[in-house]
Amino acid sequence: MNIAVVQFPGSNCDQDAFQLFATGLDLPTRFVWHKETKLGDADLVVVPGGFSYGDYLRCGAIARFSPIMGAVKDFSEKGGLVLGICNGFQILCEAGMLPGALIRNSCLEFRCVTCDLAVEDAGTAFNTRVLGRRIRLPIAHGEGNYRIDDAGKAQLEANGQILMRYVDNPNGSMGGIAGIRNEEGNVFGMMPHPDRAFERFHPSSDGIAVARAVLSVRYPDLVRKSA
Amino acid sequence: MKSVPLPANPDPVLNQAITPELVKKHGLRPEEYEQVCAHLGRVPTLTELGIFSVMWCEHCSYKNTRPLLKGFPTEKVGATENFGRVLVKAGEENAGIIDVGDGWAIAFKIESHNHPSAIEPFEGAATGVGGIIRDIFTMGARPVLLTNSLRFGELESPTTKRLLRGVVAGIAHYGNCVGVPTVGGDVYFDRSYEGNPLVNALCLGTLRHDQIRRGAAKGLGNPVYYVGAATGRDGLGGAAFASKELSAESSADRPAVQKGDPFMEKLLIEACLEMMAIPGLVVGIQDMGAAGLTCSTCETASRGGAGIEIELDQVPQRESGMNSYEIMLSESQERMLVIVQKGRESEIEQVFAKWDLHAALVGTVTDTGRMVVTQHGIVVADIPAGALTDNAPVYHRDSKRPAYLDATASWTPHGSSLPDLDLAGAKAALPRLLSHPTIASKRWIYRQYDHMVQHGTVVLPGSDSAVVRLKLGNTEKFIAISNDCNGRYCYLNPKRGALIAMVECLRNLVCSGATPLAMTDNLNFGNPYKPENFYQLKECVSGLAEACRFFDVPVVGGNVSLYNESPEGAIDPTPTVSVVGFIEKEEHITRQFVKAAGLHLVLLGGAPHELGGSQFLGTIHGLKTGDAPAVDLGAEKKLQDFLLSQIRSGRVGAAHDLSEGGLLVAVAEMLFGAGRLGASVDLSVLPAPRLDALLFGESQGRVVVAVAPEDTQALIAAAKAAGVPADDIGTVTETPSLSVRTARGPVEWDVGGLRMGWETSIESAMKRPGIA
Repeated sequence: MNIAVVQFPGSNCDQDAFQLFATGLDLPTRFVWHKETKLGDADLVVVPGGFSYGDYLRCGAIARFSPIMGAVKDFSEKGGLVLGICNGFQILCEAGMLPGALIRNSCLEFRCVTCDLAVEDAGTAFNTRVLGRRIRLPIAHGEGNYRIDDAGKAQLEANGQILMRYVDNPNGSMGGIAGIRNEEGNVFGMMPHPDRAFERFHPSSDGIAVARAVLSVRYPDLVRKSA
Repeated sequence: MKSVPLPANPDPVLNQAITPELVKKHGLRPEEYEQVCAHLGRVPTLTELGIFSVMWCEHCSYKNTRPLLKGFPTEKVGATENFGRVLVKAGEENAGIIDVGDGWAIAFKIESHNHPSAIEPFEGAATGVGGIIRDIFTMGARPVLLTNSLRFGELESPTTKRLLRGVVAGIAHYGNCVGVPTVGGDVYFDRSYEGNPLVNALCLGTLRHDQIRRGAAKGLGNPVYYVGAATGRDGLGGAAFASKELSAESSADRPAVQKGDPFMEKLLIEACLEMMAIPGLVVGIQDMGAAGLTCSTCETASRGGAGIEIELDQVPQRESGMNSYEIMLSESQERMLVIVQKGRESEIEQVFAKWDLHAALVGTVTDTGRMVVTQHGIVVADIPAGALTDNAPVYHRDSKRPAYLDATASWTPHGSSLPDLDLAGAKAALPRLLSHPTIASKRWIYRQYDHMVQHGTVVLPGSDSAVVRLKLGNTEKFIAISNDCNGRYCYLNPKRGALIAMVECLRNLVCSGATPLAMTDNLNFGNPYKPENFYQLKECVSGLAEACRFFDVPVVGGNVSLYNESPEGAIDPTPTVSVVGFIEKEEHITRQFVKAAGLHLVLLGGAPHELGGSQFLGTIHGLKTGDAPAVDLGAEKKLQDFLLSQIRSGRVGAAHDLSEGGLLVAVAEMLFGAGRLGASVDLSVLPAPRLDALLFGESQGRVVVAVAPEDTQALIAAAKAAGVPADDIGTVTETPSLSVRTARGPVEWDVGGLRMGWETSIESAMKRPGIA
């Protein structure tokens, strides 16, 4: 098992994501610099949170042109697992690896709170059977308001691509959507931070279960270990 | 020493004659100008005049406060060989550093950005955060947390709303992007800050002892680098601007407010820490904060006992045609000056190329003791570095006890025939106090700050102190941090008010299970040339110094912000203190919220009995009068030592100190945790000459603790033995109501209703029309 965490200029949850996998799950984890063009051996690529390139222009809009993103895209097209957290989710949407877009929170303010999330039965390993009906994860973003056209939304629902929804919508997201996956089921994006829910003093330890759920799409043993 | 006259400058602006008007415009007094000429042995150039004006302003020189600040203890008497030693003292460098054991240390400091925030709240507050972060990583430390201390006018005022919204958004914008969690703070709303808000920002960083870096230019011929953002015309003379009173014309000074780029700062942090990790490369480093390139060059030269020569044509510039005066006085953000070992230029250049940042070679270290600046081949400034720093003027200002103190200090409720509360009055007063923005939940504010990034925040905002886990190599340590200062007390009794700021801050830390370690202070006062203001300043400093000595909590750094006045007058004196405490074991971490029904509530310190200076008097009676509550340092120490011993013994389930709003506010706040609990409290047995003073008075040295029923007697017995008054005042109940028996009869509140007012008060005031 080999986890690669991408570092962009302005990534600031890179260490958090690294620690979630390295200490929370005890898996070999390493960083990949944005100027690289190759990922090397990886079983999961994590695109972490932060403010890549200052989030100037639009969140994630510049990061998607980083040299490493070509490699990340190739990796996902070959079926590799990719997880985007917060800014990482925004980047994956900008890169066209996930459908929809994330715009300014409807309250027009940044929100850092811990949210109850309703897990959907979205298939493979990311479902209520594995994660339970409710999880609790922190959010911290100014642009987490998920938007997609009606046809796109219908498709997400039909394909079971919605991973989780906010119980109390903090940002105006359409349908309370907090996280989605692609149609193929190997690219995941979520605004909530599993990388802030794994230490004993965190608001919950659900981040570990979420990380396992993503990995267990390819490595089902991980779920059994957590159960 | 006589200087050679400088060559005439072909630029007519730079070459203009220095007139008395020009001197005055630069905020220099005629006698100060005489000193400038004496230091130079000639008349200064315009560039030099600008340099002197910014370096000799209060913000950089502390000319009016230096003698006072000497009274602060800067060393920890009880430090041991491997814990608590002050490694870098206050005033030596950009921030003080204190040993936390195992070869690790913390650097922390608070700094104000009041004036810029009054004019341009968003950028003013944002750059305040950026500036204090640079002060910390300059020392070689990785910034791991931020807090802030804010003061505004009454929340009803549209100006306050605009300022609050802007300041909070600015802090959020910068701190969130740069990836350092804003874990706590304190906020007060009082008329005296109307139009002159206070924005004090603190940053704390961690480092190994061997990573400590100094802002000193040493080694003849060593290259001087400029790294980070390019220089523009923003923030021209910002430090000097901050050393004036605010007036109706202040908005014309808007160009003196800088614009921040947190993304650039994030890159700068990473690049600088990476560069400093290369052994032996960096000789000295200093950020360009107040007074920009001027301050960083002359201070490093002066500290290093060396000289420095810089060539402005090499300075990265954002706009063309900037003259030397503008470049030297610009306060463009996110810039650093770095002196590296000669011959290793390529190493620094490689690091900055990796991060796509400027690293421009702008000068060299000399042995002349002078700061020499050239532009377009012409010397534009040539000044002895010491004249700008150590030899800046120092003043002993006149001080006079303000006349209002006679009236306020002698006020008593009895003397003024203030009617005591009846039960209906008590019933009405509690929700009003809880929803006063100074007491109410600050959720509206802290939910806009990323307070969890770096995944180390243990106690989130909203409790007595923030608690953060520090990862130090392979070990981890827990620290608590708290800010405090009630300006109302300092107005009514400056010395006592300052003592209270300290003891209350320490009490907050102890309530969290921490042993106080060291403090940083931000002295926010009015114009020191007014003797009444200077009296307040002097008294407050002496109060802080006394408390620091008594509790052996050294001052490791701080900031002075004077001229906090608006046309309505000076602010209440506000010596903000921020203390860092150390938590021995994770299980000692204690919160203010009770977790289960059945716990007993024990009041430590005795029944409150004073009304002077209370929030109750202000909110219910519209009075800012009386003497500040009494402080007994010995009793306070006994209380804090006792509380800490009980927390360590595992008996304390929750602890909350009495502060604004007194006993009932404290008890109510303990019920606002996750469980929907209530409390049944009996105060009828406590001595109470006045009911209002018992319920809402702000007598110091009081804490309410929640204790398991089986431990209550043991805790009370231990308190008696320790000489700490302890009264079992009631129990936590399943029923979500707060019922209180008083000598005048019972009174009851629905906790949900109280909580609603407390939680949503600021939110409802700040609601934007049409937005959910």
